[in-house]
Amino acid sequence: MSMFEKARETAQGVMQTVMKKAVEVAPDSWMPGGVPDPLIAAKHGHIGRPVSRIDGPLKAKGAARFAAEFRLDGMVYAALSYSTIAKGRIADINIAAAQAAPGVVLVMTHCNAPRLNPPPKFLSQNKAAGGDDLPVMQDERIHWNGQPVALVLAETQEEADHAISLIEVAYAAEPAATSLSEAIGKGTETGSFMGEPLHNEIGNADKAFADAAFTVDSVYRSPRHNHNAMEPHAATIVWEGDRLIIHDATQAVAHTAWSMAQIFDLDETDVHVTSPYVGGGFGGKTLWQHQILAAAAARLSGRPVRIALSREGVYRIIGGRSETEQRVALGSDRYGKLTALIHSGITPKSPNSALPEPFIVPTRSAYAVDNMTLDVQVCTLDMMANTFMRAPGEAVGTFALESAMDELAEKLGIDPIELRARNEPDKDPVGGVPFSSRNIVEAYRSGAERFGWDMRNAAPGSRREGEWLIGMGCATATYPYYRMPGAAARITLSDNGRATVDFAAHEMGMGTSTVQTQVTADRLGLPLDKVTVRYGDSTLPGVILAGGSQQTAAIGMAVMSAYNGLVGELLKLAGNDSPLAGLKPDEVVGINGGLAHRNKPERFENYASILTRANRHELVADGTPPMPFELQHWSMHSYGAMFCEIRVNAITGEPRVSRFLGSFDCGKILNPKTAASQFRGGIIMGIGLALTEETQFDERNGRIVNPSLADYHIPVHLDVPEIEIMWTDIPDPHTPMGAHGVGEIGITGTGAAIANAVYNATGKRVRDLPITLDKLFR
Amino acid sequence: MIPFSYARANDAAAALQFFANGAAKYLGGGTNLVDLMRETIERPARLIDVTSLSDSIEETADGGIVIGGAARNTAIAEHRLIRTRFPLLSRAIVAGASPQIRNMATTAGNVLQRTRCAYFYDNDAARCNKREPGQGCDAIEGFNRYHAILGASSACIATHPSDMCVALAALDAVVYLQGTEGKRTVPLSDFHRLPGDRPDIETVMRPGELITAVELPPKPMAVNSTYRKVRDRASYAFALVSVAAAIKIEAGVVGDVRIALGGVAHKPWRAMKAEAALRGQPATDVSFRAAAELELADAKAQAHNAFKVELAKRTIAAVLTDLSGDAA
Ligand SMILES: Cc1cc2nc3c(=O)[nH]c(=O)nc-3n(C[C@H](O)[C@H](O)[C@H](O)COP(=O)(O)OP(=O)(O)OC[C@H]3O[C@@H](n4cnc5c(N)ncnc54)[C@H](O)[C@@H]3O)c2cc1C
Ligand code: SF4
Repeated sequence: MSMFEKARETAQGVMQTVMKKAVEVAPDSWMPGGVPDPLIAAKHGHIGRPVSRIDGPLKAKGAARFAAEFRLDGMVYAALSYSTIAKGRIADINIAAAQAAPGVVLVMTHCNAPRLNPPPKFLSQNKAAGGDDLPVMQDERIHWNGQPVALVLAETQEEADHAISLIEVAYAAEPAATSLSEAIGKGTETGSFMGEPLHNEIGNADKAFADAAFTVDSVYRSPRHNHNAMEPHAATIVWEGDRLIIHDATQAVAHTAWSMAQIFDLDETDVHVTSPYVGGGFGGKTLWQHQILAAAAARLSGRPVRIALSREGVYRIIGGRSETEQRVALGSDRYGKLTALIHSGITPKSPNSALPEPFIVPTRSAYAVDNMTLDVQVCTLDMMANTFMRAPGEAVGTFALESAMDELAEKLGIDPIELRARNEPDKDPVGGVPFSSRNIVEAYRSGAERFGWDMRNAAPGSRREGEWLIGMGCATATYPYYRMPGAAARITLSDNGRATVDFAAHEMGMGTSTVQTQVTADRLGLPLDKVTVRYGDSTLPGVILAGGSQQTAAIGMAVMSAYNGLVGELLKLAGNDSPLAGLKPDEVVGINGGLAHRNKPERFENYASILTRANRHELVADGTPPMPFELQHWSMHSYGAMFCEIRVNAITGEPRVSRFLGSFDCGKILNPKTAASQFRGGIIMGIGLALTEETQFDERNGRIVNPSLADYHIPVHLDVPEIEIMWTDIPDPHTPMGAHGVGEIGITGTGAAIANAVYNATGKRVRDLPITLDKLFR
Repeated sequence: MIPFSYARANDAAAALQFFANGAAKYLGGGTNLVDLMRETIERPARLIDVTSLSDSIEETADGGIVIGGAARNTAIAEHRLIRTRFPLLSRAIVAGASPQIRNMATTAGNVLQRTRCAYFYDNDAARCNKREPGQGCDAIEGFNRYHAILGASSACIATHPSDMCVALAALDAVVYLQGTEGKRTVPLSDFHRLPGDRPDIETVMRPGELITAVELPPKPMAVNSTYRKVRDRASYAFALVSVAAAIKIEAGVVGDVRIALGGVAHKPWRAMKAEAALRGQPATDVSFRAAAELELADAKAQAHNAFKVELAKRTIAAVLTDLSGDAA
């Protein structure tokens, strides 16, 4: 058995240490990405052009159909009732009035819900999509405050909403763990994420810290956050016999299809999930109770069901980001060379959630330091399962780490950018492997110049205009490069010279369909209007998560594999009568609607001609990319240098970001327009994280108190200044197209850049997010 | 939402007649009432749409202005006379909600909007004396960052959320009421109640009474007036503290002054003590601060809103300093 076959067997779970070592020391050329993607060198193609989103006009016209806009014959509408206690059981539930209410078709509770298998929990298996694996409406147990206890189906949404308000539930409450301090008191354990413990140790950090000439030792806190995608969660569901069809708003169509099959004891192929458009995902649009319960109710009632959560519903039954309490202790010599780095802390999770907030992950690869201890301790609370939210770990982890770096810079009297440059690692400090592409110093240099960093006065509180104190801050943004296993793609080439590319991926507003049209067109050498991208459907090839900022890479590698197969077939079909005769796949490129010799463009035949001569209407090629061993072989990350200028009102403490610049090092930028929107959107969400967002979790009963956009403050237009975006555009030689994901990095580093600017403006170091005015005006 | 019937009244008499049939609520723009009906906090069996009643904004013979109860918030804020004679009112209105909501919201509805206390809104799970007297108040030991520091009771610590009303309080506005027993007027400052042990009773209105208009008496000093709202984000957030003020300074001395506070009490808070202390005093930062101290002397903070006391003092002083301009 070859090394790679063996690897395939073990790669499902945790990679064995031996294997990992083997991958680390294997020659580059054995790795996926070992030979650079030819598209990296290609010029004059569609890649790199600011192509407008192909779904833009459809959305502007209202013609793009979202999950809650599918209309099915005989469809009924669902409403949910949520528990008001955190733990215990339903002692009595009175549904008589609801049942008698006008238009009601079904009232479903634990008494009559069909028996279901528990949802497969995310990361527990390859295609698991569930935010947790709790059984809901299967018995009288209550596990969190907000758990669905009844579902009503009615002929109209208004009738369903009315009927649900008539349901009366009596609870037998039991003592619940809803206080963080009490939960910590009961003991914590080391968290784990993606199969690895959230604990790393190199050298002796405690000793090095004790011996250090300069130190910073601070505790940072971040609150809970909730998902607030513009489109609240929704699904339209119908059973056709034993086939289940779900029009969902999801970032995981194939995962959802498989997981629903497990829950309802179906064959995976009997579940069809579509999700043509998603109004924002951010990690929250996976499988939660609303799809499961609506499908169960559709089966019970024999009617198609539309379920569209209210904003409150999203807060009650969709997970959010958990809170953290993080200690960062840094030790350095007098030149700012780090000698010790401790990043540790506590985060609560629900007993059944898929992850503890992994805030130490960004620290692993951040700085060259010989003594490092990283540790995440987890306690459990009876609460809605916490989940992935844009850059889980990095968003709040970089707030702590990069605030601490700013504190150290000030103690040392060194410019914060210079301090970071002095600690730039030449290989991954924890993994020991080389970086695939890391140009963070360049991102800082170019960003600082454009932002006017040299205008900053390092002395806090030294710049004032009228009532407003003005400050500048910077911080490093970082997010891992991921490519998850399971992707696939299919290219169908027609004798009219058109190509269709299929993959079970997602368009959540990021620009996936547009960018993949550009990439495929360049790979095949076709104009944009000759390429059709089909996605958002579980019957298409592959298991591709729109998560971990990995979709572009996963699809890119899959399409590359399909293309390689396609070229092989085309050369066979072309045969000996073609100018291409005798050429091998790696000697040709897709160009001008056909294939040509890499260096002798006159040796060319177009696709239509090859197919026609071979009497073929179309040619189909499927591609499955290699396992992502490159992730072990190199340390692969995106980077950014974030710059903030803030104004803090000296009288009221009101903080208002007045300027922001993100300078990114994220490989080759495939589409400047869609990429800039992703970066900007992330930064806007980072402004919320820094200044306004906080889920109020009432520790008396575990209930979320502000489940509305009026009370949970996301930034409004007036809170968001002009945001400048720039990038190095240096391709990573080891990734498809030389690209990195750009979806999540914008929220990382932003919190610290803002907090550091606040300090520079006021001399007040706020370590407790969000930075509201009461923390500043004292 | 509980099913209800709907009727449109073309004049006050028709509205009152509809109301007599019981269990009714008047409907303005619906931006507050309909939300509360969705949460089943308000459960009227009938809605009487009163947006066809007077929405005029007219000058009175003595230079005041009468604003119809159905006038939209946007129309008031944009009105030329209001912008020039009562600028604080325009500023207060545009500091509130969003353009869409202000386009719908009416004068009467704004005056009668209910608190934004999150526990008041959580009809399913929270205890609230305002919804159900005697039930208890979950805000007192819960999240109370937005709650009152003045005039609260052990039964309720909610605030009145209106921006517009703070300006009206400073302007000595008068509310015109009409009921089956006839018409009457009430000064806006006496219109809303403090919570006491009956936080469910929020105003001095009698059942079935209509707000037909609000009058702004002539007030030449109001040309030198403003509204400052301090909040958690730059727009679309309720006030943590707000100050509406107008001041007349003669030879460096405060001739007359009006101050009202928002976000601090169960009603728009007319700062009578501060006003009285300032009249005849030199228009200096020191007097302004001293007056603010006096007004807030009885403030009582909750676990999460202690900052409001100092914030209110500072904002009062800053607004008055600002209005004093070169005169101070
Ligand atoms: C998201 C959001 C944010 C907001 N932000 C702010 C803010 O920052 N600042 C602020 O000041 N406000 C804010 N508001 C509140 C807004 O100002 C009020 O909702 C609005 O003024 C209510 O006016 P309306 O005409 O829609 O009243 P309605 O909702 O129609 O009615 C409100 C009440 O008045 C009664 N009523 C209406 N007309 C009459 C009448 N003629 N006689 C007797 N009773 C009557 C109704 O029965 C009801 O009880 C916000 C509202 C929302 C939804
Ligand atoms: S403060 Fe008032 S409105 Fe809020 S919960 Fe208490 S009683 Fe109800």
